[in-house]
Amino acid sequence: MDFLFKFPDMGRDNLRDFKKDVDTSFLEFSGEYGEAIEKAFDPLLYFLVWFEKLLINTPWPIILLLIGALAWFGSRSIKISIGSVLSLSLIGYLGMWQDTMSTLAIVSAATFLCIVIGIPLGIWMARSNRVQAIITPILDVMQTIPAFVYLIPVVMLLGIGKAPGLLATCIYAIPPIVRLTNLGIRLVSKDALEAADAFGANYWQKLFGVQIPLALPNIFAGMNQTIMMALSMVVIASMIGVAGLGIPVLRSISNQYLALGLLNGLAIVALAIIFDRITQAYGKRLQKHRYGEHND
Amino acid sequence: MTDIAVSIKGLYKIFGKNPKKALSRIKQGMSKQDLLEKHNHVLGLNDINIEIPEKQISVIMGLSGSGKSTLIRHINRLMEPTAGEVIIGGENVVEMSKNQIRDLRLHKASMVFQKFGLHVHRTISENVAYGLIVQGMKSDEAKKKSHKWLVRVGLEGFEDHYPSQLSGGMQQRVGLARALATDADILLMDEAFSALDPLIRFDMQNILLELQEELHKTIIFITHDLDEALRIGDQIAILRDGEVIQQGDPQQIILKPNDDYIIDFIKDINRGRVIMAKSLAEKGRKNQGPSVNFKTVLEDVLPIIAKSKSQKVNVVDDQDKFIGVLNLESVIDAMARPNIEVSETYR
Repeated sequence: MDFLFKFPDMGRDNLRDFKKDVDTSFLEFSGEYGEAIEKAFDPLLYFLVWFEKLLINTPWPIILLLIGALAWFGSRSIKISIGSVLSLSLIGYLGMWQDTMSTLAIVSAATFLCIVIGIPLGIWMARSNRVQAIITPILDVMQTIPAFVYLIPVVMLLGIGKAPGLLATCIYAIPPIVRLTNLGIRLVSKDALEAADAFGANYWQKLFGVQIPLALPNIFAGMNQTIMMALSMVVIASMIGVAGLGIPVLRSISNQYLALGLLNGLAIVALAIIFDRITQAYGKRLQKHRYGEHND
Repeated sequence: MTDIAVSIKGLYKIFGKNPKKALSRIKQGMSKQDLLEKHNHVLGLNDINIEIPEKQISVIMGLSGSGKSTLIRHINRLMEPTAGEVIIGGENVVEMSKNQIRDLRLHKASMVFQKFGLHVHRTISENVAYGLIVQGMKSDEAKKKSHKWLVRVGLEGFEDHYPSQLSGGMQQRVGLARALATDADILLMDEAFSALDPLIRFDMQNILLELQEELHKTIIFITHDLDEALRIGDQIAILRDGEVIQQGDPQQIILKPNDDYIIDFIKDINRGRVIMAKSLAEKGRKNQGPSVNFKTVLEDVLPIIAKSKSQKVNVVDDQDKFIGVLNLESVIDAMARPNIEVSETYR
């Protein structure tokens, strides 16, 4: 009867050996290639450091003006532009300017990286069912696996600092843009594509002239989600040494500083709302043709 | 005789996992039903042989599922045939390389679609210029060049609108202008007017006929609407279950249908408005009675014959040259519905 109540596991010794094997082999791998991989991330790191310094060293009125202008060109809405400038000013007034600039830097860099990798990946997925069948489960894992779990190998490989932080943020934030690029391109109407074919369009003419423009609303929704997810990684990234609004939040958890945690948390929320409103309004403006008089 | 622009020979299309094997079964005499039930392959086109004359409107007619849309897509090879040839200008489209196919689609054959196939993210003028832009023309030049077609289909002033702002009829005029703008000799029209309501459809047929008088394109027009086929077709091929069951001059199809299916098809048309004097004219001597042009439809011949004392009219061509005689009896015979069984209750 004992057999039924104790699951026949592989035994404590075997299990320990198994874990040890995995650990040592990964350690060996990281010892051998860690440096090379770290080197590969160097350009990214330089860019990130340069961008962060740029944001911090630029006089604050110019940054405010730039954000206001960006909001205006993105959304063409006075309300969104003024709201963005006001909320950033409030963040600065509450003493979080420098941390906010650091966060802005890593989120921008992560978003940029996700777009550069994610959109081509999504296009590739849309072209082939086999590629889709392989990548979809990987994206599922990336989205559901607890972030702390993949922080372990990332830190083992790259140590702590900005580069592993960026990598971890990208792992977490890239799935939506890949998924929605794939979906958007697959949803492009067969009729529009057939017409392009019938007029002799080649692969690139179809991709850039028909598929991407018609998938743009979905691609934009993916970009928006990617930015939001990158922002939500800020606190976790700060655990491995990424400067920004996450650090004070982490400090307030360990010391029970309610006000500090709340203020920095709200600053993250404010950034998220600013990004979200600008990109959404821009996405909507891109598809002005969808709001015609005859919508049938 | 006019020259042949497109010649389709022994064309087969079978949908399924192993079409080649299914083809040999069909050639050994297996029926379409058996092929579907026993081997799960669909016979889409079955040994199609059609010659499309140059500079005329050739209509391919059939009900849904008859394979007509599949057939037209083989002409510019939007679909790959299982076997057969499609000859355009001496070249076999089926054996063309990718680049040759592209050249065919860019310069020789353009297409109009049932659901318009417009690009909703482009303005009307960008849509009309699309074929030229794909050819590699600069956007400004392409718009300028395509502008005359936009005007020609009556859409001047809508250049900067988007397709979603236009009604269905207007959208299809954009589709037509886009197809004409590339100056291709062959125009493939896949149920181009079927999605439009009857009045607009009538308008579009008029636009097409007017344009054709000027342009003399080789038009291959797919439709399921017999009235449309009779109205615009210089010749008609009728398709059923992937097979051509009759092809020829529209008059001939109405007067001498060679199949029950076709009889069923044509029984409800207004024969008096379709059949022309030339089709019924008999050899004979010119009489004293009045004359009618050979293209006059029976409906218009009837009152003239009724007034004529001899109950006969002379049929003459456009140069007033005598072709034959037409008598009242044959007019009435031709206008009666063929082989219609009157049910007992009405007898």
